[in-house]
Amino acid sequence: MTTSYRVMPGPEHFLPPSAASMGIRLPDPGQGHIHGSIVSEEEALEEAARQFLSAKVPTIFPGPLVLWAWNDKAAKKAKAIRHLYETIKECVDSSCQHAMLIPMPDYRPKYPKINPEIEINPNHPNLTIWHNKIDACMFVGVHCHQANLSLKIIRGGTNCYTIAMCAQAGHEDAMVSVRDATADKIIKLADWVKKLKGSVAPPAKNSA
Amino acid sequence: MAAQASFIGQKNKKEQVYTDPWHMMNEAPRTPSFFTGSEVIKEAVRRASCDIMVAYPITPQSEAAALCGELFAEGYIGDYFRGESEFAVMSQCAGAAFGGARVFTTTAGPGTMRAMENFPMWAGARLPIQMIVTCRGINSPLSIQPDTLEISYLMQTGMLVWHAETAQDFYDWILKGYMVSEEPDVHLPLALCCDGFFVTHTKDMVDLTPVDMCLPPYDPYRSPVPCMDMECPPVRMMRDPFVMKSNYISYATHASWQQEVWAAVERSRKHTIRWMDGLIDTENTDADVIVVASGTAVSQSREAIAMLEEEGIHVGLVKVKTLRPWPGEEIREATKHAKHIIVPEFNVIGWLAREVSATISNNERIHAGPHVCGGMTMPPEIIAAEIKTVLGVKAPSLAGRGG
Repeated sequence: MTTSYRVMPGPEHFLPPSAASMGIRLPDPGQGHIHGSIVSEEEALEEAARQFLSAKVPTIFPGPLVLWAWNDKAAKKAKAIRHLYETIKECVDSSCQHAMLIPMPDYRPKYPKINPEIEINPNHPNLTIWHNKIDACMFVGVHCHQANLSLKIIRGGTNCYTIAMCAQAGHEDAMVSVRDATADKIIKLADWVKKLKGSVAPPAKNSA
Repeated sequence: MAAQASFIGQKNKKEQVYTDPWHMMNEAPRTPSFFTGSEVIKEAVRRASCDIMVAYPITPQSEAAALCGELFAEGYIGDYFRGESEFAVMSQCAGAAFGGARVFTTTAGPGTMRAMENFPMWAGARLPIQMIVTCRGINSPLSIQPDTLEISYLMQTGMLVWHAETAQDFYDWILKGYMVSEEPDVHLPLALCCDGFFVTHTKDMVDLTPVDMCLPPYDPYRSPVPCMDMECPPVRMMRDPFVMKSNYISYATHASWQQEVWAAVERSRKHTIRWMDGLIDTENTDADVIVVASGTAVSQSREAIAMLEEEGIHVGLVKVKTLRPWPGEEIREATKHAKHIIVPEFNVIGWLAREVSATISNNERIHAGPHVCGGMTMPPEIIAAEIKTVLGVKAPSLAGRGG
């Protein structure tokens, strides 16, 4: 199916469609996607790094699959994510950019509402995005179903640029997605951030 | 996938070798065997590394559930038990799948309808349960003969829905079905349907894969959702309807959740095309008249097409293999030259014709019929007569057949 639909930052709609229903297909192994177009994995990693470097509040949302050391791979990934976060912090302009690391510890709906300063929840991820003025984020270690819920709600109601680092098949509801994520791929993304440091314009200091 | 790959080459307790599924289905030698459709289900399940089968074995429609009980006795299925009703069976299947088991069950007709509440729940909970549906009449007066009306309900549940024509389809698709439905980007239940009685009770030659090969076990760690947790959706949201009703954002989550289920149906397209060699099969699509059919209506249409060919009337055929995902683009392409599209069906409402009608341009080309239902057979002659009528060729009346 050919489609002119592109997965772009919102706010898109009261209830935006799933990208899959609009004809966006997931990448095959070795590939990624940018805005729904299939690209090489390397291109997707580079674009993700560019988005982190050009955002005012680049943020990583680690999920339950990497927040607990339930196996060696999870522990390794968690260290890689911490390394990516530290790298982003080092590489952005601290006078106008503020990197964040906000966990999605579980998927329970929390009423009356979550504390958006310390966590994000898949049932209302927009609250955390709005509260912290996050304009670029990456999901990693979140179960695919919950990640897709979050990505679509974020696209529907915010202007945040979304990146998905997925351990399985990738996420067409994100603007950039890499599949079969490993600790090495997360470190590779950190390497791209370092490599592109200084070559990507930071956001204007007085921009909203 | 890595966890499943690690099993390949090892043996299970029945000395079957966990085999690369692609090799098993496409390259391993096949043995021709003469079986009923019900026996074929048993043989497929024998090779499917099922953890649990839950049965409500209403034998008149299909012996499959009882035959799978024999498999349990022989040690090929991890566990097997009987529910008190079809609703109970499907609820128990959900529990088993929530817990990370590969689950198999069968149903038909009124049983499908009785259990219907469970199917959107399965899909919403992303449970890759496989359910064989040996379709039969659902309305009073009841019939154990084929009638595909129940498929039209299943198509709206968020499940994958495939419609087998022959016992060979059935055998292959049961095994391939697990491969598609357990993909992490799909992870949905599969309703694998056939026209009961015709397929289940008649014997046919079926090429079986080696009995000493079986699928690698299900890997629940590839699931897109965590195992059942009373504090997480969907269970939390089913448990706390009052909270949901008071909170707008829960509605947004619920809506996104439904969209995600249907997105997963769409994602199954890629995997299904790979395993099934396309969502449709086609023959002679350059003909002016094309029959679009699914299930045993395909077999009857083939006979009709052969009869017409002898009279110099060329007719093409589209065999619809999957109903969810719906092969809209494929049907549009296959019928683009057709002046007339005939859609024969074993049900009273013509759900396949409606689906095709919503798919193609110039849908006045569609002739919804012939229809039979309630267990009637569909002689090829009535399909041929429908085609002749459409073409303005005189056809003898079939109303007096047997009289």
